[in-house]
Formats: sequence, structure tokens, C-alpha cells
Amino acid sequence: MAQKNKISIKIAGAQGQGAGSGGQGLAKVFKRAGLHVFGIFDYMSLIKGGHSFFQLTLSDQEINANTEKFHIVVSFDPQNVQETVGDIHTLQEGGLFIVDDSINLKPEIEAAVNEVGAKLCKIPMIKLGTEIGGNKIMANTVALGAVVGLTGTPFEILENIVAENFAKKSKEIADKNVAVAKAGFDFGSQNLKSEFNFSMPQSNKDKVAGKMLINGNEAIAMGSYAAGCRFFSAYPMTPGTSVFEWFTKDNAKLGVVTKHVEDEIAAVCMAIGAAQVGARAMTSTSGGGFCLMVEGLGLAGITEVPIVVVDAQRGGPSTGLPTRTEQADLLFAVNSSHGEFAKIVLAPGTVEQCYEAGVRAHNLAAKYQTPVIILTDLLMADHLKDSSKEDYYIPEVDLGKVVSKEELDKLGEDEKYLRFKFTEDGVSPRALQGHPKSVHAPATDEHDETGHITEDASNRLQMMEKRMKKLESAVNDIKGPEFHGPENADLTLIVWGSTYGAALEAVQLFNSDEANKQKINLLHFTEVWPFPVKLTEEALKKVKLSMSVEQNYTSQFCKLLRAETGYVPNKLINKYDGRQITPEEIVREVQKLLSESLVAA
Amino acid sequence: MVITQERTQVTAKDFRSTQKSTWCPGCGDFGIMNAVQTALVNAGVAPWQVLIVSGIGCGSKLPDYINVNGYMTLHGRGATIGCGAHLANTSLQTIIIGGDGDSFGIGIGHMIHNMRRNMDVVHIVENNEVYGLTKGQYSPTSKRGFKTSTSPEGAIEFGINPLALALSAGATFIGRSFSGDPKHAASIIQQAMEHKGYAIVDMLQTCPTYNKLQNVDWYKSQTYKIEEERPNYDPKDPVQAFQLAMEDDGRYPLGVLFKNDDRPTYSEQIPVYQKDSRPIIEHSLELDSQFFESLKETYV
Repeated sequence: MAQKNKISIKIAGAQGQGAGSGGQGLAKVFKRAGLHVFGIFDYMSLIKGGHSFFQLTLSDQEINANTEKFHIVVSFDPQNVQETVGDIHTLQEGGLFIVDDSINLKPEIEAAVNEVGAKLCKIPMIKLGTEIGGNKIMANTVALGAVVGLTGTPFEILENIVAENFAKKSKEIADKNVAVAKAGFDFGSQNLKSEFNFSMPQSNKDKVAGKMLINGNEAIAMGSYAAGCRFFSAYPMTPGTSVFEWFTKDNAKLGVVTKHVEDEIAAVCMAIGAAQVGARAMTSTSGGGFCLMVEGLGLAGITEVPIVVVDAQRGGPSTGLPTRTEQADLLFAVNSSHGEFAKIVLAPGTVEQCYEAGVRAHNLAAKYQTPVIILTDLLMADHLKDSSKEDYYIPEVDLGKVVSKEELDKLGEDEKYLRFKFTEDGVSPRALQGHPKSVHAPATDEHDETGHITEDASNRLQMMEKRMKKLESAVNDIKGPEFHGPENADLTLIVWGSTYGAALEAVQLFNSDEANKQKINLLHFTEVWPFPVKLTEEALKKVKLSMSVEQNYTSQFCKLLRAETGYVPNKLINKYDGRQITPEEIVREVQKLLSESLVAA
Repeated sequence: MVITQERTQVTAKDFRSTQKSTWCPGCGDFGIMNAVQTALVNAGVAPWQVLIVSGIGCGSKLPDYINVNGYMTLHGRGATIGCGAHLANTSLQTIIIGGDGDSFGIGIGHMIHNMRRNMDVVHIVENNEVYGLTKGQYSPTSKRGFKTSTSPEGAIEFGINPLALALSAGATFIGRSFSGDPKHAASIIQQAMEHKGYAIVDMLQTCPTYNKLQNVDWYKSQTYKIEEERPNYDPKDPVQAFQLAMEDDGRYPLGVLFKNDDRPTYSEQIPVYQKDSRPIIEHSLELDSQFFESLKETYV
């Protein structure tokens, strides 16, 4: 099932050897050369050693998922290369397996290369790295240079990126790296280009070179900042950390308060404290940390404090698969914390949607004075994709219903400000503490309109109804699912969050194959709580046969779908090995289901 | 915390609330509430200039019974929620208040980190050495041998030493007082408020329902004032402070055990506040489009 107009590259190595940063650099090179890119670093939960790889796909069209097969596999670690049999088996026939020429490969490596019909390309990585750069660690720069060279990509782009990456060190180091990259480039263009029998996708520099190369976490952070988030407290946890690091890296320039705290309990609680006094505040974590935060969510729920929590899911339960992807926190997020209160759960599926989710999360939190959870996963958090600058717009900042200082000044002597005033839509106008007329003390206990503790039954009813009414109002703000692909398809893939990417590629892959007589499309959910029941029911009317694709064991989204609408897809596809599902896997399942239903018919 | 807002002429009347307290008659919390109120009046801090963040427990209901800005939160979490509020609005006088279970049990992790960070807040621990609201179980400060429903043979472990703990964790103000001496208690709270940096007040307190032995008379005989018994005591000397904290003649020293004015507070070292000392909530949210474009450019 070869994908057209795509070139896929895998850079394998032991961790700490630069496969991740090298892959990122390479992604930037090809993007600036005018190719669409999609890349993700597949890594283990360790610092040095192990086996990891960067997967990069290039195309003349936007790409939303990696492919199953690769055209080039590069290994630049002498020890690690002996463990690449599995990687070799992901090579296309005729693909290149690039290694250092001084290494004595185990017989099974060469056997694997022959078996898949790939070509073994030995290049003097270590030699050139040592001779020109003075350090064998620069072997990886030689290898990257060779890939750029063999693909016929102009050297100046690589040169600029290497120089930019090392600019912070010294000119001497930068120059050395450029020289090493050039040596690799020359070797690649002179000796490997002729071996590479695949045509590169058509580049479009005008359209693509100026795009951003950004991942989901960075996009969420940027959207949050643009929407006025100025307080971020967090505790590091893969893969949620880099949302926080976006804020900490430039905290002075951004004008934000960031606090690395003692645990996730403090992370959510500090954000709640900051939000209570008026800051737009957030935290980010993964499932394990999110477990510790749910007590705080309840507090924010009952005291109606707007906060934003990012849960970038990884393989669970417990420590699970720390550096692998999964979508198994959905029902937990929707039901997080004891008791009942209004909360909103967003599940963006592209980097652009991540930016928008950052913006919307803060605006919705303020509008409904309640916690908003942005539910992503490792794939969404980490993958890099070219993205148009226009999608990163300066948004409107919605502060919700607020009582200004001027309005407070006008309050009469006997007029008391009511923080939890009963209103039509359940949202009470919010005045901040710190004004003579706004003195109040909200209680985490059930409270009356002033915030004072009360166990009065009729007040409890009214207060519960007030808070839950916010959920009924909020559902009107929630985006319904969207179809992608042809109308009137014979089969619809039902996906939420990040599985959108592989599903969209699967739709294109399947429909572009003339052997397939039927057509498929997909229905993608990006905002899942409160559940957009009406919009979903309308969309489902257009669905003939359906197949859900989720990265979890129990089809959590389908459970929610069934609970809210009664709808059950014809087939549930689940993947829970921690690896992102590929378009090819989905297509195979589609073919199976279509032939089964044909037989049934 | 050195209050940055103007001092206000306030009287006890300004803090009066119509809310009826649910504390037992004779509860030490009444004395503590009075002391807090007196300290605020004497320091010239109005109800709207203070934020009292509490946890859960009898004493954590204090903000409900007094007219101030408050936030009654979660068991043990007032310590960190209070710091979040302080970092976002540095102009509010932030007081964290909670019992011994709240502060030294479930919330002790937060408390220790607040101390080493020198967060510019006051933490008053209402320390009656027993759990009240859950009906009389032993607490982290209960004496060894204390018999309760969860320690029927008597508590096996030793109680926490709040003074030594705070010293080793880097608190820059450590005071202790007693709920039955509201004047002394108010003075220690006021000094804690006026201290620049983290201040803990270990407020010994009676629980007439579940800790009957340690009543007012018992505390009067088991406490002494540092300034009276040790006129040469220097609270700036951490070695003397440690010595005093570790001395165990069965009695509790009251007063200011330790004070260090030289360490910068956490908030004054945050880059954004070094550039613009106004609370972050007063900074404009407007985005400079050129600056925003430059952020995007780093990804090209």
C-alpha cells in the first residue's frame, strides 16, 4: 500500500545521540525547501541509550500522519545500528539503509536489508565527523548532510539551519558543524543520489517555506498566551511539560508568572488561587498528574473559578507507557472529580486546532467560570507539522460577565455584591477581591449567593441548578463534529482528537485507489463535553456504515456517544500498544469491514 | 508581607460579620479570630485589602465568620492556593490559615516548599493537637500516647516539632502564641504580617471537646514567653533558635523564635515583577502584534 507523492525518512539511534534534534532539523530543512512535512520523535523513557527514532514524512500536500513504510532509514550510532532489524523491515523495496562504513554489521542486518530489497549505503560518517569536526559525535551531522544531498535539496538551507542552531554556542562551533554538514552533503549528492530511485515530491517554496513548524503543545501554549493567560504553575510530566516550558522559556519577555511547583496538586491549586484573584491561569500535565489534580477541579467547579488544565495523555494506567500515545483518559476527564459540576473538555486533533483550543479554553473558562480541560495525547503534543501563520491569529479576549471597579464604585452603601448571584444562565457577574465594595469569601462548602457556608436544602437545590445550568448554556458554544472527505460516503470513520490525522490520510489513501469502488469519509469530534448532542445527531443522519478508531481498549468515545445519542458504530477499532495508528492500518480495517458488509448484504 | 497598599483607618466594627459561628462554646478559634481581627486593625489593613485563604477543618471556617476577603478551599491546599493568589495579586495581604491536621498533616508538603521559597505570606496554624471536625482523632502534633478513636492504645508516633521544622525548611519568620492570650496572639500575627517574607505562626489552641486535658489553665502553666524568661535571646540567630526549638522541658516557648530580614522574597525575584511591580492581574492583556509576529517567526 505505497502512498503516492510521499517520501518517508526514519532517523534511528540511541537516545542522547541527536536522532530527535537531527530529525527536527531535517524537518525544518525540507519545510524551508518547500515541502510539507510531518514528523514525530519516537522515544523511550530514559535519558541515554535505548532505541529511538525520528519519523519524517515529506509531501507536496499537507500531511497529517506518518506512513508505515520508509524510503530512507539512517542509523548513526555504532552500537544501536545492530538493533535496527525492525527498522529495516519498515523500508520500502529499493529504499536506502544508511550506516557508518566502519561498523561491522551483524549478519542479520545485511540479511534483513536483502530480504526487503533495500540498498545498504555505507558512508564515512565517523571518519568525516572526526576529520573535519574533530569529534565523532558529529557523525550525525554528516548523516543528515548526506540525506539532504541525496534528495537533491539545496545545501544553503541546511547551512542556515545548522548555523542558526549553533549560533548560541560560538562561531567556531557553528562553522565546524557547517563544514561537517557540507562534507556529508557532498558525499550524499555524489555517491547516494544515483542510488535513490524515488522521485521527490514537487516542492512549492512560495507556499510552504514561510510556514511555521510547530507541535501541538507549543500551539496550545501560544493560543493560551494570546488569549491572555499570564499565570502558569506546573509539575513536569511527559508529554505535558512542553506547554509549560513554552511559558517558562520566555517568561520575562512574555510578562507572565510561571511556577514550577512541588507536585500536581500544587500545580492546579496555585492556578486556582491565581485565577480566584483574577489572573487567566493554567497548568499542564499527563494522566498521572491529572489524577492528582482532580480534587482541585472540584474546588474550581463549586467556587466557579475559571482555570485551564491540559492533559496530554500517554499510555496508562499508573506510569504505564510514559513516552507513548493513548486516548484512554477521556471518560476520566469528562467525569473527573467527585460530585457534579459544569466542566468543558476540548480535544483538538491538529496543531491549528490546538492553537484554537488554547484560545477557546481560556475564553470558555471565563465565560462559564468553570474548569476547562484540553485533552490531547503524546502524538498531538509532540508531532511537528507545517502550519500557516494566518491560523495563529490575535484572538478576542472574552473576560465573561465581570463587574468593573467603576461599577463597584457606584454600588450603594446597603447594596451587597453577590459573588454567586442567581441568574438566568447560571453565570454570576464576577468582581475581583481587592475593592472596598467587593469583599467576599467563597466557600468550598455549599454556599449561598454571598459565598457563605450553608446546608439549607432549598439553597442547595438552587445552587446546584445554577451551576449545572452553565453546562446547558455551554453546550451551545461547543463545536459539533465535522465531516472530512466526500459526501455520501459508503463508510464513515468516527474519530476524536488526534486520530483525525491518520484517519484523514486513510480517507485519501483509500479513495485515491481506483481498485476501491466505494468511498469513505470521516467524522471528527474536537470538543467532547458538554456533548454536542444535537449537532452529532444531525451529522449521524448522513452516516451509512461507520467504524470508530480510538487509541484505547474500551472505545471510550463510543461509550460517550452511545450514552448521549444512543448511536453505536458498526465496528470499533482500538489500538492500545502506545504507537500511533497508521493510515494503512485503518485502510486495512476499512477493507475488511466493507467486504464483510458486502457478504452480509 | 510589607503591605504595598495605603494603610486604612479601620476598627473592629469593619470586620464584624452577621454570620453565626458553628464553633463549640469555648473553642480556641474565637480567640484566634479576635487576634486576627485586632492584628488587621492595628496594622491598618481593611477587609478588602486582605485575603484569608483557609483549608478545611473547624478553624478553616474563620473567613466565613469575619468580614474579609477570603477563600475557603480544600484540606491542606490553602497553603498553595494562597500562594497562587499572592503571586497573581501581590498587593493583597495574604494570610493562610488552617489547623494542625490541615497544615502539618495533609498540607505539609506545600508548607515546607512555601517556606524555602520565602513566599511573602503569613501562615497561621491553629494548633490544638487534635482533629476536631472529624470528631477527635489524633493529629500530627498530638503528644505520644494520646488516646483517640484512631489511636485507642495511645498514639505511637511523636508529634511534629513545628519550630524546628520551620527553621530547617527556611522560614524567615517563626512565631508562636496561644489562643487564650489574644493580645499576645494579635501582636505576633501583626509582626508576622509586617515581616517581609514567609511567616509562620504556630498558634496553640484549646479544643474543649476533644482535647480536654490541654485546657486554658494547662496551657498557661505549660507556656512561657521568650522575652520574659530569656531577655538576651536574639531571634536573628538561627543557632539560638534551633537550640530553643529543640529544648524540651515540656513547656512551649511563646514569642518570635526566629526572624531573618535579609532574604529576598519569592515574588520580588520573579522577572515579570522586577520589570513591572504592579500585580500581574493589572498588566494589560493586549497583544502587541509585532511582538506576536516575532514569536511566530521563531517557528519558520
